[in-house]
Amino acid sequence: MTDFFIGIMTKYNYWLYIILMMIGLYAMIVKNNLIKKIVGMNIFQTAIILFYISIGYKTNATIPIIKNAHGDHGTGAHKLIIHAADYINPLPHVLMLTAIVVSVATFGVALALSVKIYQRYQTLEEDEIRMRLREK
Amino acid sequence: MKYIGLLIVAVCGGILLSATSDFPDWGYSQSPASTYLSNHYIEKSIEETGVPNLVTSVLADYRSFDTMFETAVIFCAGLVCFLLLRNYNRQKKFFYRHISTGVVLCFKDNCKNLPASKKFEQMDADWIPHDLIIMTVCRILIPFIQIYALYVVAHGDFSPGGGFQGGVIFGSSFILLAISYNLQTAMKKIKEKILGLLSALGVLIYVGIGIICMFLGGNFLDYSQLAKILPVDPIHVRALGMLGVEIGVGIAVMAVMVVIYVNIASEGRHDEGL
Repeated sequence: MTDFFIGIMTKYNYWLYIILMMIGLYAMIVKNNLIKKIVGMNIFQTAIILFYISIGYKTNATIPIIKNAHGDHGTGAHKLIIHAADYINPLPHVLMLTAIVVSVATFGVALALSVKIYQRYQTLEEDEIRMRLREK
Repeated sequence: MKYIGLLIVAVCGGILLSATSDFPDWGYSQSPASTYLSNHYIEKSIEETGVPNLVTSVLADYRSFDTMFETAVIFCAGLVCFLLLRNYNRQKKFFYRHISTGVVLCFKDNCKNLPASKKFEQMDADWIPHDLIIMTVCRILIPFIQIYALYVVAHGDFSPGGGFQGGVIFGSSFILLAISYNLQTAMKKIKEKILGLLSALGVLIYVGIGIICMFLGGNFLDYSQLAKILPVDPIHVRALGMLGVEIGVGIAVMAVMVVIYVNIASEGRHDEGL
């Protein structure tokens, strides 16, 4: 039992992102309103972003901007000595920067589609839209 | 439906949680994600590109092909919002308010001779009197937001920032103008045609820098080739190439943010927003 709690203590970032991800998944499956589904999708994306950022973290490391590198750019007489353990991993940050962009793009397109659906059916509730479709 | 959803979520969550025991611990510096390639990026970036901000150097140099298509995705999102929502049917009624007296005139159908003068202002159907505090604060704040956005784009090589972030900040200044005044005011500052051209121009700058590098005899987006036309050494010129690319990204993101907001807020009619 204590092993279980130590496991949670050392890996709590994964627990948090999984909980957040499941909240998003639940909203996407269960909610009836299309806007709520879109918000659920966004929560899901945020969970993935948190997951990526958390795997790039290193203890006792700083942000991935090289210190004292302004000026001679490390090519001059005294070369900078850089240890990889002093800086957190920049790769997940880059990947998530582009993922945030994609999430904004999908969010905009999803909202545009729901505006279009509202103009046509006068509702955003899924069951009512299905009812209107059956009437025709 | 509720219980089925809860069951699916519980099963998925259980599987994922049981898999976490195989993951590296929080903050473990030798985890698989932080070994192989990322060490090369951290240790060699300053030698190879001369840019201290590793995120920018990886984004705009090592993985610039990926970022180019990311910009194309943004452009496509703006295009989709425009194509789905843009509606050229004009409004049926126009409301004009005489500023000094507050008398409201209502014009029906397509009147050509609208009294566009300083005495009358066009107003929305559900008009609320402008709040002086909000308008004044926003008028003072917006130029500073824009300058900050330009700083974030231009200084992205050396401090946190870059094209995507700066573009979003710049776009949000126009959205703030549209919210605090009204949509018409914002659309007068930046025309729809200009927005469309800017969002395409951003992608064009990015691809153009890549093609210039090709013409100078290198690979696509190989910025070191730009040293042949710019009076800088081949390592410094990579930073300049990244700056050019980031400016392209910033322009595209700024224009697309405003296009998405304007089209969604006014349902594509561009007359009255939130």
